[in-house]
Amino acid sequence: MGEVNTKVTLCGIELDNPVIPASGTFGYGYEFAELYDINCLGTFSFKGTTKDARFGNPTPRIAECTAGMINAVGLQNPGVDKVISEELPKLAQCFHKPVMANVSGFSVEDYAYTCERLDKEPQVGWLEVNVSCPNVHGGGMSFGTSPEAAAEVTAAVKKVTTKPVIIKLSPNVTDVVSIAKACEAAGADGISLINTLLGMRIDLRTKKPVIANTMGGFSGAAIFPVALRMVYQVAHAVKIPVVGMGGVSTAEDVIEMMLAGATAVEVGAANLIDPFASKKIIEDLPRVMKKYGIGSLKEIIGIV
Amino acid sequence: MKQSFFEIKENTPLTASVYKMVLAGDTSAITAPGQFVNVKLDGLFLRRPISVCDAGEGELTLLYKVVGRGTEQMSQMTSGKLDVLTGLGNGYDLSLAGDHPVFIGGGVGVPPMYMPVKMLCARGKEVSVILGFNTKDEVFYEEEFRALGAHVTVTTVDGSYGTKGFVTDALKDVDYTYFYTCGPEPMLKAVYRASQTSGQFSFEERMGCGFGACMGCSCKTVTGNKRICKEGPVLTKEDIIWEK
Repeated sequence: MGEVNTKVTLCGIELDNPVIPASGTFGYGYEFAELYDINCLGTFSFKGTTKDARFGNPTPRIAECTAGMINAVGLQNPGVDKVISEELPKLAQCFHKPVMANVSGFSVEDYAYTCERLDKEPQVGWLEVNVSCPNVHGGGMSFGTSPEAAAEVTAAVKKVTTKPVIIKLSPNVTDVVSIAKACEAAGADGISLINTLLGMRIDLRTKKPVIANTMGGFSGAAIFPVALRMVYQVAHAVKIPVVGMGGVSTAEDVIEMMLAGATAVEVGAANLIDPFASKKIIEDLPRVMKKYGIGSLKEIIGIV
Repeated sequence: MKQSFFEIKENTPLTASVYKMVLAGDTSAITAPGQFVNVKLDGLFLRRPISVCDAGEGELTLLYKVVGRGTEQMSQMTSGKLDVLTGLGNGYDLSLAGDHPVFIGGGVGVPPMYMPVKMLCARGKEVSVILGFNTKDEVFYEEEFRALGAHVTVTTVDGSYGTKGFVTDALKDVDYTYFYTCGPEPMLKAVYRASQTSGQFSFEERMGCGFGACMGCSCKTVTGNKRICKEGPVLTKEDIIWEK
């Protein structure tokens, strides 16, 4: 078997490979660029950005779990103005591919405003609209838990943007397929899933929750089978591309996600325990493809 | 920051719960005293951040207290290799020390005092060190600090060893140009109130990554939001906002 082809096309934009560090695990990129040339990535999804600056939740925000972790950061970010004026120029110095802009909000108007601003930035290739953050009250997830609300956000964002809009969905729902379909009907160009699973830990010494906010989002290798199942369900129910994520830690996981129907694959918590995780996965992809007789990644999307 | 493997050379208890681990490996990423490392342990998802006690050419010394599963597991290792991220955090700025600084360490906040004291003693500074513990059985590294040439005062809360009381009781009797401190938050607050000069405080927080990616350990400061792992763990007295 000769050279393998890792290229995929996500909503009309070609990626050198399907590997995308997930929002919240890669900052605005430039800090990882001190460690390696981040242009090896397919792209990455930058830190969830909101209309106004947010400090997020009180600490502790992090808890250890078996094969995973809980975070309750709560969308800490400098706000869309500073992201455009300070973070994106820093990123431009080290990343020369279209970036995925991750957006959160607390009202339909918030989402539309932030997306409209970022849509105008030439560096932005896709808008990933997070209707699924478990760590903010009255925001994010409430839009992602009903088909009507998710569709309303999708339609409002689509009305004011020109670039592909990918809606990021929560696994903490009874029927993810109906929500994905509602987003598709409202004009979404793609679906990404899954965000973190709502979880909790208790400290036996203090007999109090480890996380100051009591609950948080569970991620890491442990959630991979749940994520794979939901990617499979959604990818077989919609015609738009699906970006799969949740516990992806190896090149084998990337291929498994693609077999289930993912066009591209995000890597999250793995970046936090090994800052070189995404780079290593990309470097390992050709070996694993050859091992399983895969010539081109494009050809395996959703064949299961 | 660097990711590399270190060989365990020594791992011995100093007290009932504090261990000394000496590692051999590449220490070139450690650029300042008061930085920390992040250690990967088998079977645990998150790395464990541990402050650097001392770092020299190819050798790294960590003193850690057994408090949970991670440090418990570390304490049982006698040999083998450890995956370590080195060169994390800002560390102490020694240029502000003046001629006779004081270092104030409480309990597990004692280890990160060692390397800066060693460096300043080597530069001929007159360095005072106050080491605070609850009781005699918990005291460690007193002789090691004396061997550096520092003036060492040990305090114990119950008076079973050294000066009875808190580190701030001993601080009253020290003449100093600047201070550096690390310890439990109540102690840091007491030092903040009692200190007569500017100084630097080292903080701890539960971390996700330890290198600035996850925003898990953020805090508010006078000069904006900071990550304990990246813009910290050392904050200046003027920058601190006490929240809890």
